Amino acid sequence: MQKYSVFSLIKNAFSNHEKWDLAWKDPTPKKEYDVVIIGGGGHGLATAYYLAKEHQITNVAVIEKGWIGGGNIGRNTTIIRSNFMYDDNAKFNEFGMNLWRNMSQELNFNVMFSPRGIINLAHSDAQMNAYARRGNSMRLNGIDAVLLNREEVKKIIPMADFSEDVRYPIFGGLAQPSAGTARHDAVAWGYARQADSMGVDIIQNCEVTGFDIEAGKITGLRTSRGDIKSKKIGLCVAGSTNVLAEKLNMTLPIETHLLQACVSEPVKPVLDGVVTFGAGHFYISQSDKGEMVMGGDLDGYNSYAQKGNLPTIQHVLTGGVALFPFLSRLKMLRTWGGIMDMSMDGSPIIDKTHIDGLYLNCGWCYGGFKSVPSSGWTFAHTIAQDRVHELNEGFSLNRFSKGYLLDEKGLGTKTWIS
Amino acid sequence: MLNIKCPYCGDRSQKEFAYGGDGTITRPKLNQEISDEEWDNFVYLRKSPRGKHIELWHHIAGCRQWFKVERDTTTHEIFRTFKPEE
Repeated sequence: MQKYSVFSLIKNAFSNHEKWDLAWKDPTPKKEYDVVIIGGGGHGLATAYYLAKEHQITNVAVIEKGWIGGGNIGRNTTIIRSNFMYDDNAKFNEFGMNLWRNMSQELNFNVMFSPRGIINLAHSDAQMNAYARRGNSMRLNGIDAVLLNREEVKKIIPMADFSEDVRYPIFGGLAQPSAGTARHDAVAWGYARQADSMGVDIIQNCEVTGFDIEAGKITGLRTSRGDIKSKKIGLCVAGSTNVLAEKLNMTLPIETHLLQACVSEPVKPVLDGVVTFGAGHFYISQSDKGEMVMGGDLDGYNSYAQKGNLPTIQHVLTGGVALFPFLSRLKMLRTWGGIMDMSMDGSPIIDKTHIDGLYLNCGWCYGGFKSVPSSGWTFAHTIAQDRVHELNEGFSLNRFSKGYLLDEKGLGTKTWIS
Repeated sequence: MLNIKCPYCGDRSQKEFAYGGDGTITRPKLNQEISDEEWDNFVYLRKSPRGKHIELWHHIAGCRQWFKVERDTTTHEIFRTFKPEE
């Protein structure tokens, strides 16, 4: 594999950048693999990469129905954070933060990780108390958390509406200064390129049509490009998990929902971090190109349409304008939607299943992007060792029937309750 | 924007309605032993199909009645709406 550096850039400039190697091959599927990962998004590609790097399993295929990076890895709002209260979530995501910090060097691909900080705004004394508690829990898990009062928030986002007669006056906020953003496409491409260079086959335009199961063990899968044998198959298809579960006769604690995001026209730098306005169902950051990147909650009903509906965008931007009145003067550049696995407690599932050799990685709800490295790392461990790692033992499939929910924020499928 | 025909009030904008989830789930019978599995099925497990889906909607900014909708989860086409007992 050609190493990307300033020297290779200069060298290729002399040939008008026409002689760059392809970043990954386009192989035809082999008859058999040691491990098959279904889903060529961030999580699937990261899993393949860590299988090869950490567990020396390189006879691996990543099967993708469309093209890699065309699903939620290319549709998110690129926020990376570990500001969780519960131990299972906090440790898992803080482990991921350390992988993010090294990712550009490790993958030899600039993922533009930018630890620019996140602030969750609070609008009452009770919420400030809840944030103090959450911040303390974060600190006990070694995560940086800073409780900000109204004046401190005002220094960071002076353009927000700080008047006292608004519906949700700003009392303060909880900040995680080490949180940030990254370039989402580069994450998929970086993992794909490194996994490919270690021998992983990335097979695009290949739809899974069925599974072969014998005596409770998985033996292979059928695809639109032929049958493939494998004793270990990992599902990384958040957004389509229920569709594949149906082919496996499984019913999961997951509903598939639509989540939208939007960006404005690019403007000069005005916002240097991520701000969430939970009370207004709104969060925002500014991309390196200057666009205001904004999102909110689900459209609210089961959906597989990768495009959104206007009332939700109107609702999100109403909250946005309430917080940042200057947004009303901006033109919207584009809106888009992605389909999410909404688990019933708002936390993901990374686990084995009742079928021997079938592993499940799903239920990422609103937060799949930040977990790409930690999810890939722990899922690769779960597949390679056939047992869950301590980092993902809280994300078990049977926690619902056992009553050990990880209901971090009381989120989940039921936006209609709040 | 969805246009939903409330079986009581007729065609209305989506903004008047709240979503109530899968309409095929039935609560286990009361006053008898309910196994963990039955409870798990009722509270957490959902098929969430791609395609036709029968779901509950609540005309919350209208007549406040609950009713069922058969809708395609990919195209959002609504095939029929009907009263829960139908």
